[in-house]
Amino acid sequence: MKRIEEILLPEELRYSADHEWVGPEGDLARVGLTDYAQDQLGDIVYVELPSVGAHIAQGAVFATVESVKSVSECYMPLSGEVVAVNGPLSDNPVLLNQSPYGDGWMVLVKPDDPAAVSQLLTAEGYLARLKGGV
Amino acid sequence: MSESIGTTGLILNEPLLWERGKKGRCGFSMPAGDVPPSPLPAGLTGDGPDFPDLSEIEVVRHYTRLSTWNFGVDTGLYPLGSCTMKYNPKINEKLASLRGFAVAHPLLPSEFSQGALRLMFDLERFLVAITGLDAVTLQPAAGAQGELTGMLIVHAYHRNRGRQRTKILIPDTAHGTNPASAALCGYAPVPMPSGPDGILLPKVVAGLMDGETAGIMITNPNTLGLFEANILEIARIVHDRGGLVYGDGANMNAVLGVVRPGEIGVDILHLNLHKTFSTPHGGGGPGAGPVAVRKDLARFLPVPRVIERNGTYELSEDFPESVGRVMAFHGHFGVLVRAYAYILSMGPDGLKQVSRLAVLNANYLREKLKDVLHPAFDRPCMHECVFSDRNQQGTGITTLEMAKRLMDYGYHPPTIYFPLVVHGAIMIEPTETETKEDLDGFIEAFRSVVREASENLGVVREAPVRCKVKRLDETAAARNPCLAG
Amino acid sequence: MRYLPHTDDDISAMLGVVGLKELDDLFAAVPGNCRFGGALQLPEAMSEWALEEHVGRLACRMGVSPEYSVFLGAGSYDHYIPATVSHLLGRSEFVTSYTPYQPEMLQGTLQGIYEYQTLTARLLGMEVATASHYDGATALAEALLMAVRITKRKKVALSRAIHPHYRQVVRTYFAPTGYELLEIPYLETGLTDLARLEEIRDLAAVAVQSPNFFGCIENLQAAAEKAHSGGALLVSGFTEALAFGLLKSPGSQGADIVAGEGQSLGIPRSFGGPALGMLASRKQHMRSLPGRLVGQTKDRDGKRGFVLTLATREQHIRREKATSNICSNNSLCALAAAMYMASLGGTGIRQLAALNHDKAEYLKNALRDAGCAIRFSSPTFNEFVVGFPGGYDARYRRLLDRKIVAGLPLGAHYPELADHGLLCVTETCSREEMDRLVREVTA
Repeated sequence: MKRIEEILLPEELRYSADHEWVGPEGDLARVGLTDYAQDQLGDIVYVELPSVGAHIAQGAVFATVESVKSVSECYMPLSGEVVAVNGPLSDNPVLLNQSPYGDGWMVLVKPDDPAAVSQLLTAEGYLARLKGGV
Repeated sequence: MSESIGTTGLILNEPLLWERGKKGRCGFSMPAGDVPPSPLPAGLTGDGPDFPDLSEIEVVRHYTRLSTWNFGVDTGLYPLGSCTMKYNPKINEKLASLRGFAVAHPLLPSEFSQGALRLMFDLERFLVAITGLDAVTLQPAAGAQGELTGMLIVHAYHRNRGRQRTKILIPDTAHGTNPASAALCGYAPVPMPSGPDGILLPKVVAGLMDGETAGIMITNPNTLGLFEANILEIARIVHDRGGLVYGDGANMNAVLGVVRPGEIGVDILHLNLHKTFSTPHGGGGPGAGPVAVRKDLARFLPVPRVIERNGTYELSEDFPESVGRVMAFHGHFGVLVRAYAYILSMGPDGLKQVSRLAVLNANYLREKLKDVLHPAFDRPCMHECVFSDRNQQGTGITTLEMAKRLMDYGYHPPTIYFPLVVHGAIMIEPTETETKEDLDGFIEAFRSVVREASENLGVVREAPVRCKVKRLDETAAARNPCLAG
Repeated sequence: MRYLPHTDDDISAMLGVVGLKELDDLFAAVPGNCRFGGALQLPEAMSEWALEEHVGRLACRMGVSPEYSVFLGAGSYDHYIPATVSHLLGRSEFVTSYTPYQPEMLQGTLQGIYEYQTLTARLLGMEVATASHYDGATALAEALLMAVRITKRKKVALSRAIHPHYRQVVRTYFAPTGYELLEIPYLETGLTDLARLEEIRDLAAVAVQSPNFFGCIENLQAAAEKAHSGGALLVSGFTEALAFGLLKSPGSQGADIVAGEGQSLGIPRSFGGPALGMLASRKQHMRSLPGRLVGQTKDRDGKRGFVLTLATREQHIRREKATSNICSNNSLCALAAAMYMASLGGTGIRQLAALNHDKAEYLKNALRDAGCAIRFSSPTFNEFVVGFPGGYDARYRRLLDRKIVAGLPLGAHYPELADHGLLCVTETCSREEMDRLVREVTA
């Protein structure tokens, strides 16, 4: 497992306390699991993603991620409609381990409130929480 | 240390069935037809399944070689916590395969099945005596199906009283089957933390038990190997608020003749005949999970039930409030024969001695390992002892790696990472049928593994090296499932 | 007692280690008011030979061949079991092991179950099969719950020509769920009235058994088309697995899930259990399957090996959100079935299935010629519904006195089939025995 200092946290992204990241892209926002979360989960063997078109409220489960002997639920960091999911993850869940901020992204959403992104944690804020053992 | 029993012999390779054989062989004595052929209309028949054709010796060698890659109780100590891997007596196998039982059809008219019905009737009475409850069904096929049957009875009970409830209390130490069985009946499991001593506290139950809660599921002794000493008070709270107490009898091996669940507030209890009553596990089944209930719940038991009328026995479906049938026929009768034979072999004193010695063996192991492994609770245990990985933290060795290394010494590993409330849990249940010498050998092996974890990390990480295969890649298996060849 | 190895010296030495005097001190954690004060009311211990004599006497009080002629099927079948199967299955490395949670130590069971899954999938014409279930009835119930999960619909339709006990078990499993169960009647041909499906909307699954309870071979292809056109899955059940040695497989006819009983494949009837629940599906549904699955993988040296896999579906990980509450399955019975299928081979299973069919047709024709009514006109496998001249029930009772069980009376489960019986013939039934039955029936 990585030491806290080894965890990658791109500055341009925002983070939730539940270990999701959000990357604003115009009206839309891309969502995935943080490097910390993928590292804690270990080898990910399966990812279950929502259907395109689903509306998911902040804090609701939008995906489940499985390792060999655990199942983890992923919580939506901001309310919105799913406009795209990362299809290749279904056949190739290792992408989530290898590239959590790149090819391992999970869903693209259209946030109900575009301003909601700014209420999420900054990289610095998230790192502080990790160090605090949260 | 003395020489370990773990060693390597000549392990033969053996391909998959369909990598052997030649078209046209057959390992079956095909009878000649004594009637004229009568083909089916062509549209109904297919090409037949694509099975390999093997001769008899090929089948025999195949499975004999496979069997040598397996480890069983007959091979050695198998201290899997919560599984009660005791010796499986051979006479029981012989009796279950007696022709009168083995070829008997389940729908024979009752006058032609008096032997089997009498055995079932008597076994029910034996289990009534052992549990202190009033009536028994032998139908459930396994512990989990016993739980489901129990939950169906809880469901029927509340429906019958005119108001269904929605939740059920389940301790955080419970087997995963408990919440899964409750969920099948539409009950939302409410997890309940154990107290600091590893047992449930009445005030926690009192705080959660409300008018929406159908009851509680309790394993006693629990999966930490501790007796739920507050059971009477907990049962009183649950009963006062209209709930039922379900007992998971998976750990009954600890208290035969010492505690009767029916006398400590349990209303419904399942037993695992493949644990407590010595029937073999068969690499994962078949088991049997009879359910015992108190008198006023007997009307909900599954049908058919065996009844006695003037010395003859019959199967009756005349129980209109029954939850129904849970199996196509009468459950795992072959398993019932084995358990019946076991109870008769042991007698009342023998069964009580079983529990005494099971608890003695577990405490002996605990005492002899507690300076190298960290006991989850600082108090004597019942039939199994649970350690955490606290002593190993910092060594870089995990519970899993120690378990794998034990194989090289010739022992099946204990249950690991369960119960979930203990970090890196190691749960050891030696059972009463193990000799002191075998326990000493296991203790020495485990101590040696712990020593290696600090002195010779590589050898532990590499383990096992003496099995048919080395550490298997479970991640690859789950990422790209290959379930058929 | 020979199963308890402790000598008095062992006990005192071990008590010394744990710091106690008496064995009963071990139970100090059990409060006094929880203790059982009495003695268990059980018979005193028996010696091995006394026990053998006692149980042997019970086993003698059973109506079995060769003394009795039993023409009973209805979900439990008399097929010859090769000596090799019983012998190999008795290897204690298979019998006395636990579920293979530690795969390196249980490759025998794991490869054996992987092979069972493969042969099962091939037999049923499906892509994946589970490691086994309790019996055919519970496998069917689990298959229907699986269809509810997959389709997210809450209604299933069961053919009335499915084994009545299987329908009862499904009803038991569905009772607390709130899901709706509908029954589809059968026609005068003995086949399910598939046209009825057109009236029903939003079904999760249509369940049909083939050969059905009356032995009639259903048109699964038509059932699949009907089910799929309404967005439902076809769950195909069976009680006589040997039939697929000869018949088209359910998978080749469009079934989505196949669930049934494998007792015919080398497992003794044993008064109804343990038997073998078989469950198979298309690969796309594998993550919705209940129960255990074995998968192929590699070890650190790249050598082939097998593990339990996709365990995140199961109760020990997902707890109340699991696909089922199953823990134990019927692993040893699955192994027996694999041994049996391997012994027969592709060539053998076809021959044996054809022989079974020939025998049953022989009896059916002989009874018809003797004036018995064959109730349904559809082609059958091994079993058929019959009425006897002068009444089935009266004749059935009379034949019991001659140690012949002439099938299963049907009135209790099908009032419209009162005074009819379900007869079964397999390869173990000789022509002589069948001729005798015909003589007795018409005497």
